[in-house]
Amino acid sequence: MRFIDEYRDAKLAQHYARRIAQTVTRPWTIMEICGGQTHAIIKFGIDELLPKEITLVHGPGCPVCVTPVELIDKAIEIASRPEVIFCSFGDMLRVPGSKTDLLSVKAQGGDVRIVYSPLDALKIAKENPNREVVFFAVGFETTAPANAMAVYQAYHQKIKNFSLLVSHVLVPPAIEAILSSPKNRVQGFLAAGHVCTVMGYTEYEPIAQKYRVPIVVTGFEPLDILQGVYMCVKQLEEGRYEVENQYTRSVRREGNTKAQELIREVFCVVPRKWRGIGEIPRSGLGLTEKYREFDAELKFGLTDRSVEESSECMAGLVLQGVKKPHECPAFGTRCTPEHPLGAPMVSSEGACAAYYRYRREHG
Amino acid sequence: MAEEFTLSCPIPISQYPQILLAHGGGGKLMHQLIEKIFGAAFANEYLDERHDGAILDLNLSPVPSPKGGGEPPLSAPGRGWERGLPEGVGVRSQGGVRVAFTTDSYVVRPLFFPGGDIGKLAVYGTVNDLAMCGARPLFLSAGFILEEGLSMETLWKIVQSMREAAHKAHVQIVTGDTKVVDKGKGDGVFINTTGIGIIEHNLAVSPKSVRPGDLILLNGDVGRHGIAIMAVREGLSFESAIESDCAPLAEVVLKLIEAGIEIHCLRDLTRGGLASALNEIAQTAHVHITIDESAVPVREDVQGACEILGLDPLYVANEGRFIVFVAPNDAERALEILRAVAPEATLIGRVLAEPRGLVTLTSRIGAHRILDMLSGEQLPRIC
Repeated sequence: MRFIDEYRDAKLAQHYARRIAQTVTRPWTIMEICGGQTHAIIKFGIDELLPKEITLVHGPGCPVCVTPVELIDKAIEIASRPEVIFCSFGDMLRVPGSKTDLLSVKAQGGDVRIVYSPLDALKIAKENPNREVVFFAVGFETTAPANAMAVYQAYHQKIKNFSLLVSHVLVPPAIEAILSSPKNRVQGFLAAGHVCTVMGYTEYEPIAQKYRVPIVVTGFEPLDILQGVYMCVKQLEEGRYEVENQYTRSVRREGNTKAQELIREVFCVVPRKWRGIGEIPRSGLGLTEKYREFDAELKFGLTDRSVEESSECMAGLVLQGVKKPHECPAFGTRCTPEHPLGAPMVSSEGACAAYYRYRREHG
Repeated sequence: MAEEFTLSCPIPISQYPQILLAHGGGGKLMHQLIEKIFGAAFANEYLDERHDGAILDLNLSPVPSPKGGGEPPLSAPGRGWERGLPEGVGVRSQGGVRVAFTTDSYVVRPLFFPGGDIGKLAVYGTVNDLAMCGARPLFLSAGFILEEGLSMETLWKIVQSMREAAHKAHVQIVTGDTKVVDKGKGDGVFINTTGIGIIEHNLAVSPKSVRPGDLILLNGDVGRHGIAIMAVREGLSFESAIESDCAPLAEVVLKLIEAGIEIHCLRDLTRGGLASALNEIAQTAHVHITIDESAVPVREDVQGACEILGLDPLYVANEGRFIVFVAPNDAERALEILRAVAPEATLIGRVLAEPRGLVTLTSRIGAHRILDMLSGEQLPRIC
């Protein structure tokens, strides 16, 4: 298939792996930020091709994984109301809240629907004027423009029965949180290509300088990732710390300015709690004053609540790249995709689920 | 077993006190349901085979040999396909008849989709389950649960489609049942079909016959049915409609059998797709299965849809695809027979001894990983 097969070519992959092996002279730890990249690395076995000096650690870029438990609980509370049609991307449905999950709410008669775009949820709202339609707006900068567009349209079309349960998070503050942690062992980053398609990569330039780490904006196919690792290793070996763009077929330095305008129109930067990590200042998006009427938390009067996470789950350490999933004592035993203790075991982008699905024998 | 008999529900209530849709998704949750609820309650030698259908010996009591020798027809000793069979396994008792018996219910929405409809599925699905037992399908029953308000024209179209499918698959629909439920209690029409087929050979076609060294053949591209249904259901449109692969499989299976291919196991790749079928067989047969990802044909439009939705075609449902485990010496001949009907048929993998119960694959870039069974249904990803 065009635009897919070229980036999964076995010979070229081996070629890049050799180039990396020829370049590396000492151990380096590189983090891929995005869960989509983690999934591809494990699914295609990319790390198997790398020399032993390179350790890939998996970052916090799985929106399902970092959505805090209390927000899942709020989603469950809203979805359980008879007047509500609760719309979500598919992989949020299996994430455990403190007591149950959205799939169980659906089984108990809740109207929970999988949609592929927030605009589909808006359409459902128009078709069901007597119901409250709530969209679970999770994700990084990648999904923000479409969510912003749904709110923008609802505002201008005066659709009152539509709202968002917002849990948007931002990548650069997460990178800073990881780098400023005393436990940090990450020496270089593969930044998420799709996030940078929207936002560009100017935000990363001061981070690379301040913390003296190379950051390579990287795509999601096996050859993208191998090339990203190669570029990162080359910088590390040469003592450089710049932002480089591997994913040039999609990413421009300034990003998609139209999408950014829309995000700024509808959302503002807020502090956000990350599951397993805790609150990071200025790390999320919330609706601006003008669009507050579309905030499901306000609409349904859900006051702040905080929920204890499973003490056994070390998702926080996994999401910060401090631990690998199989280093968790619960991995594959008390924590499996059927009985997840934490969100990284749920989503296909979660590092624990990827290890469980593809790497169990190493566990 | 009697000593394990228990009155409490064997699936912990804390896990899922209600049935979820995922319990019917062909993944691990469905497996748990079958193992812990149905398998535990109904356990017997036929059910315990965990085959697509039960293979019944209709003359279980020894029959006195007729005068002049009791050679059962169609089982002449020394024919090629008896090589390597464990003694006594699958061989017809003297004078008895082996039949395959299976049932399946069809609840597909929408009722009509590109490449098929619920009627065609209801006939081919059950016919294929019989074929996967190595049987020649003969008779079907058809049970209809109709929802009040269903248009007569729709029902007529479905029934006509069943008639045509039965004709193509050389089966007769010989008994049936009709129930009507209140509006809102059904999805237009649900159909159950039960099938009987006759087994005309002495092969033990069963996951338990799979052994290290076997080669695995696949009869064409995967993922089309699931994507065709999803495209219609979710209103996704592609440049050209993706059609279901819905087709009867008995004829080609019987050709393999007639050619004397040493078949160890057959499995159609319905819910849960190729990955789930391989995992079920690896677990039942206590073997290691390994496949080559790049050998599995996936049509470009299906691949494209899967890329967009974040799905893996190896887990997507099919209705006209099957895998056959054959003795290595017969693989080439079997492939020729398959390719005469399905040019894309191909060798996708092999059976090894250890580690037992595991399926692995060689990825497109040449690395190795586990091919696991899914928990429930595949859920489209966020981004």
